[in-house]
Amino acid sequence: MGKYVIQRVLQMFVIIWIAGFIVFTLMYMMPGDPAKILLGNDATESTILAKRAELGLDASYVEQLASFMYHAFVRFDFGYSWSYGVPVMQELLVRLPRTLFIGVSAMVLNVLLGTWLGVFAATHRGKWQDSLTMVIAMVFISVPDFWLALMCVLFFSINLGWLPAYGIDGPLSYVLPILSSAVAGIAINARQGRSSMLEVIHADFISTARAKGQKESVIVRKHMLPNAMMPIITGVGGGLAMVVAGSPIMESVFSIPGVGAYLLVGINLRDRPIVLACVVFFAVFTSVAILLMDLCYAFLDPRIKAQYAAKKVG
Amino acid sequence: MKSDTFPEAKTMKSDTFPEAKTMKHVAFLDVKNLEVIYTQNKRTVRAVNHVSFQLDRGQTLGLVGETGAGKTTIAKACMGILPTPPARILNGEIWLDAENILEIPKEKMLRIRGKKIAMVFQDPMTALNPLQTIGEQILEVIELHNAVSRHEGLKRAGQMLELVGIPAARHVEYPHQFSGGMKQRVVIAMALACDPELLLADEPTTALDVTIQAQVLELIKGLREKLNTAMILITHDLGVVAEICDKVAVIYAGQIIESGSKEDIFDRPAHPYTIGLFQSLPRLTAAEKWLKPIEGMPPDPTDLPDGCSFHPRCPYASKECALAEPDCIEIGTGHFCRCTKWMEVRTCQMHP
Repeated sequence: MGKYVIQRVLQMFVIIWIAGFIVFTLMYMMPGDPAKILLGNDATESTILAKRAELGLDASYVEQLASFMYHAFVRFDFGYSWSYGVPVMQELLVRLPRTLFIGVSAMVLNVLLGTWLGVFAATHRGKWQDSLTMVIAMVFISVPDFWLALMCVLFFSINLGWLPAYGIDGPLSYVLPILSSAVAGIAINARQGRSSMLEVIHADFISTARAKGQKESVIVRKHMLPNAMMPIITGVGGGLAMVVAGSPIMESVFSIPGVGAYLLVGINLRDRPIVLACVVFFAVFTSVAILLMDLCYAFLDPRIKAQYAAKKVG
Repeated sequence: MKSDTFPEAKTMKSDTFPEAKTMKHVAFLDVKNLEVIYTQNKRTVRAVNHVSFQLDRGQTLGLVGETGAGKTTIAKACMGILPTPPARILNGEIWLDAENILEIPKEKMLRIRGKKIAMVFQDPMTALNPLQTIGEQILEVIELHNAVSRHEGLKRAGQMLELVGIPAARHVEYPHQFSGGMKQRVVIAMALACDPELLLADEPTTALDVTIQAQVLELIKGLREKLNTAMILITHDLGVVAEICDKVAVIYAGQIIESGSKEDIFDRPAHPYTIGLFQSLPRLTAAEKWLKPIEGMPPDPTDLPDGCSFHPRCPYASKECALAEPDCIEIGTGHFCRCTKWMEVRTCQMHP
């Protein structure tokens, strides 16, 4: 087990490096001279050259890449923002908690509410409760999340005036962003949860549990749900990645100064250090999430744990 | 030939005079005129049709028949765990110890299931929850029906495992760590954990290899003698029936087409289907090149043939067989047969 975890963590590092390498190369190949963009149209040739030297853009691709990889992954330093001149890492650390908070809360909602809805639909299979849940789920999967976010703002903030429409003044500000980020995931999990519950509902060991005289509610909790959770857990990692990938849009809609919004700023200004820092953060976040889910899987399913243990011996 | 002796007629009488019930012998398990259908995609599967049988304590009834004949449905109905929908019990009564199981309220049934009636399921590979240790799973049924602490319960679970020949220390292991035969024994241990008075064993040996089969049968036999448990053994293995059953009911297309003591069925079979079943067994004494199967396929349960459901495959069938469903005829004491031609069939058997 321990060896497996170490192996997975090493894999994770490789994946993050590759992500960093790809994004760096893409940013490097982007057309337009960053120095010219920064200085504006009326800059002279000499000031541009000076700026390029200052930013380290006069070095070769390989030198720049090596420098980036060394600073980012060894010293955890992404340099200074080209446009603002402040350390990117410092800014990132300020913004990180907001994005993480929204992402993790949305994910918790996804799993809890989505699974609950799935179980609810599956246990009422064929009845109106089932159809209603699934129709609503389908609607929310189909609706684009930014549109939903805007509708939420319109309804809850402008019409009802219950929640702030933008910014981060107090905990209430996070309600709408979390909700809008979570809804699609809840719907996906509800459908996934329903189908995996239905798979389990007819399993023989459920008949066994019934034959023991166990109450139906306990059967759902003790026997059906743990077995149905496996595919849901697999989906959690991907869902988390989805929420984070959607954060630039969500954070723009709600004007939240998070990592997603920072990434957008970086892209608009061709500010390479910002973009690289944000993308590396996304890669780390997603990899860690997927790793945790895989470990969760092993923790819950003794068969998978046994496989890992067997690998250790072999 | 007394045509008024088929079980349905008897039960009608006792229903109209309930006080008469206490007077005469009441079987421990008395299934009367059970009828179960499955509805799926607007198609109706007639899984169990007018099934009646009785069973006393300490007796073992073998339910024999082809796959899909409705054997498991009968057992699940007795247990009250038919999935509804799609299943629906149209008709019938299941009296256990003078209580109609079909009318017992749900909560009370929870206390009967697992305690008074227990069931061993067909496929040991899937009958256990893969995510729980077997100790937990045996403990579950013990805790449900006995006021014991967790510690005592686990001790009892360990004893049950020892009883079926598995070291008690292995109770912390998961189902995937056991072989098929051991899983089947775990399932049996679980079924027997609360000393059931009625044990429904659904093909308990089908998934096992022959040596383990013998062990499991031995085990079941021993427990039956010790606890005086009534047992229904569902199987399509006639050898197993010969070994442990007292009574046999042969099921075809959801109907008991012949029932009686083991000797009646094995030595004096009267229904063409039963005879066909025995003929399809290879004989060790004769040099046989080919097996003798019963020609044709079991009927489609969504569209049972008119009249006798076996007539399309029956070598003795005549026009009348397709017209009316044959009654259950008592052809010997306690030996019932649903075939109008049983005399002719028997004569043919004696003088081929």
